[in-house]
Order: sequence, then structure tokens, then C-alpha cells
Amino acid sequence: MRLDTRHFGTIEIDEKGIINFSEGLPGFEHVRQFVLLGSDEQLPFKWLQSVDEPELAFVVVDPFCIRKDYDITLEDAVLEKLGIKGPEDVLVYSIVVVPEDTSRMSMNLKAPVVINVKNNKGMQVILDTDEYSVRHYILEELQRQEVGGYACSDEKKGAVHCHK
Amino acid sequence: MLVLTRKKEQSIVINDDIEITVLDIQGDQVRIGINAPKNVSIHRKEVFLEIQEENKRAAEVKNVPLKNFLNNK
Repeated sequence: MRLDTRHFGTIEIDEKGIINFSEGLPGFEHVRQFVLLGSDEQLPFKWLQSVDEPELAFVVVDPFCIRKDYDITLEDAVLEKLGIKGPEDVLVYSIVVVPEDTSRMSMNLKAPVVINVKNNKGMQVILDTDEYSVRHYILEELQRQEVGGYACSDEKKGAVHCHK
Repeated sequence: MLVLTRKKEQSIVINDDIEITVLDIQGDQVRIGINAPKNVSIHRKEVFLEIQEENKRAAEVKNVPLKNFLNNK
């Protein structure tokens, strides 16, 4: 399927990779289908590209790469809506705001995008916690950790709890 | 907007499967209990609005050079 996107020009996407957000995203409730795009050079960033509105795309990042101790619990309502059986079904991304001054780039840890890889259903989940906010400055988070740059490991999956 | 007045411990039923109960009233605070099916999301409005706003900011991203952005930081 062909998309005329704002950031990538005209691209071909695999319809099997389309993720369905049955409620859209807060502020974009009418936008229901997305694909995840990105090149290795841009990692850990990816793009959540809208299929219904090709002009619309969000930069997203794997939050565990930036904040190794990110720890979230998905409530029943989320598990039901996405048909999640356990943490192994789940992919988590944070939406990134990229201002003119890119050093002020921030990610939303309060409302992660959660995708069930088994059925390609997704939603933006509002966490019931005061521990995280909608704006965590990425460079500050990285500086806070011992390692100088970002580091993604497989341990990250352990920090998603499924509340059943 | 439908406006109803309730006293403590009185309830409102929506769609026959959502129930909202006024549990307690203390000064200018109302404690509200909500019974709803597991797949219904419930949030404080200001939290929802905050996320809407942040998503709109995120959608304004211009064509930024993300390539290797974090490798030297």
C-alpha cells in the first residue's frame, strides 16, 4: 500500500504491519491506523506514522533505552482492550516532542503507547501514577544515568507488569 | 450537559452498566465511586487534557535529523 507522507515522501507499507488504535490517541481520536517506521541510524527513535492521515507522524522512542528503571503496570482495562495475555505480548513506546531546540527533546512517560504484537492492536495508556510525567527531557535522563549514551537491553521487558 | 443533584450515597446509572456514586462530601471535595465494565477507561479530566496537549505538540515535529542523535550525548 502506498502512502504520501510528510517526513518520508511516498513510501510502500506492508498492510500486515498496520497497527489498529480503536480509540485513536488523545487529541487524535479519529486517527485509527498506524505503522511503525524507522531506520537503524535513527535508533532508538522510530516513527509512528498514520495511515489514515499520511501528513501525521509521531516520533517515538523505546522508553527503557532512555530510562532503564521505567517500570509500569498495565491495568485490567488495558489488558482487556488489547487482548494482552502477558508482558511478552507487549511493545511499549513513548511519544517524543521534538522542539526547534532539539536538546529540549522530551518523552511522555505518563502515557505510553502500548502495542500487542500478537494482534496488532494499540492504544495510548494513561498510567495511574504520579511517578512519571508527560514531559521527561531525554538528554537529562541520559545524563542522570552512569552510561554516557543510550543503552537498550533485553531486561527491559521485565519492567512491564500485567495486572490480572 | 445533563445536570443532576445528588446527596451522599446516591448514584447515577449510565447505559445500564456504568454506575457513579457520591461516596462522601467533605467541604469542597467530593469523593466519587465508579463501577464500570473492565474495558471502560476512566480518567481525571485535567490529566486527559494534558496528554491531548502533549500529543498535539508532538505532532508538530518538523523534519529533524534524528540520525545518530544520541550517540555522542
